[in-house]
Amino acid sequence: MAFLPMTKLIVKNLFTRPVTERYPFVPKKYYPGTRGKVLIEVEKCIFCGICQRRCPTAAIGVSKEKKSWDIERMRCISCNLCVEVCPKKCLALDVKYSAAAGGLQKEEFHA
Amino acid sequence: MSGRTIIPFGPQHPVLPEPIHLDLVVEDEKVIEAIPRIGFIHRGLERLVEKKDFIDFVYVAERICGICSFIHGMTYCLAVEEVMKIEVPARAQYLRIVWSELSRIHSHLLWLGLTADAFGFESLFMQSWRLRELILDIIEETTGGRVIFGSAKVGGVRRDISAEKMQEIVKKLRSYQKEMDDIGKVFLGDLTVQHRLRGVGVLSTASAKALGAVGPMLRASGVSSDIRMMGYSSYGTLDFAPIVEQDADCYARCKVRIRELDQSVGLIESAASKMIDGPIDVKVTGTPNGEFFARSEQPRGEVIYYAKGNGTKFLQRMRVRTPTFANITPLLETLKGCQLADVPVIVLTIDPCISCAER
Ligand code: SF4
Ligand code: SF4
Repeated sequence: MAFLPMTKLIVKNLFTRPVTERYPFVPKKYYPGTRGKVLIEVEKCIFCGICQRRCPTAAIGVSKEKKSWDIERMRCISCNLCVEVCPKKCLALDVKYSAAAGGLQKEEFHA
Repeated sequence: MSGRTIIPFGPQHPVLPEPIHLDLVVEDEKVIEAIPRIGFIHRGLERLVEKKDFIDFVYVAERICGICSFIHGMTYCLAVEEVMKIEVPARAQYLRIVWSELSRIHSHLLWLGLTADAFGFESLFMQSWRLRELILDIIEETTGGRVIFGSAKVGGVRRDISAEKMQEIVKKLRSYQKEMDDIGKVFLGDLTVQHRLRGVGVLSTASAKALGAVGPMLRASGVSSDIRMMGYSSYGTLDFAPIVEQDADCYARCKVRIRELDQSVGLIESAASKMIDGPIDVKVTGTPNGEFFARSEQPRGEVIYYAKGNGTKFLQRMRVRTPTFANITPLLETLKGCQLADVPVIVLTIDPCISCAER
């Protein structure tokens, strides 16, 4: 049985910097593939509604008449499905998450 | 001779990550019997299968559990793929192994931290979670999510890992392995830790088998059973053996998990070396018609997915038997006759994941 096996870790800990990042003084590092919030280039959108039908959480709303596309950010689970199915490739996932919000709010985009 | 008292344990308790309620019948400090009550976080996810098309349902399956998310999604895919007779490309199968083992490592590190916290060893808890963070970084880099990978899909996987990245991951994991060893030494060698774990919560081999224990709980009771040995998703091509311990107490369960950390790193290494270039998914056409039971090994034990399709794009029935659910009965057995102060540690050694047990 080792004698006080934790000592090594504790001593090492005393002489190293904190492993946590000092956010917000040090900005958060994102990976290129991180799934954050959904972005839309609404000029390219043809309002076909495929993204609306496929979204697992029903976060997207599309209206052909009004030429509008909306999303409830708090519903979206950043699954990437809408990005994959969009025929015009006008959706993309940002690496940054959407900001915290106090409820379900629609964010609308118009062509 | 004193009378019996009932002490409620949970659903809110400092050691419990998730709500489960136990009525502990105690005589002095000794637990005579434990009566469980679950169902605090039932979400009705199995029923949702009738409203979500079978391809999109993998997102729901992944969200059954926040820790073994990938393996849940993957097992669902295995079931549907078998029903639809889809052959998953070899590269995708190895990628699935890599992600499964990464989730095993992060889950076990999480468990080690929680257990250290349960017996009051705060710095050990922090150290375990520091390591887990490094694994989560690898996961985020390769899948885009830290907890919900979102990389399994019917017919393959969604993302690829390039050969260089894979090399880098293996190298990183090897260096973390040394740090995991250091932590493992504390868990297995420290006197105070041994004092809390040795001889506590013994589950005999016979009762482990009779009560249907799964995963590390079963293997710590001396039963050599690991669903990965069945060879799903190319596990059959890798060389490994179930990790078995004989002592059947909390210490043995801890040891099984610590040894599995090493094993998982080894499995990722060999999966990386076998990975051949090729497609990562196949196109899925048609709808599932038929039924299948898919089984896989999660960090907590065997999970079973039953899927039944009727030729439409909505499955008719989906059923999940999660490892925690199977381990609750053995847990009640181990609680019999233990000291009240040991209850938190014993409850934690089944690695309870209640929200997946209740779905
Ligand atoms: S699928 Fe693409 S083109 Fe169609 S409505 Fe959605 S964003 Fe617009
Ligand atoms: S990322 Fe997923 S949840 Fe979010 S809007 Fe797209 S389909 Fe819906």
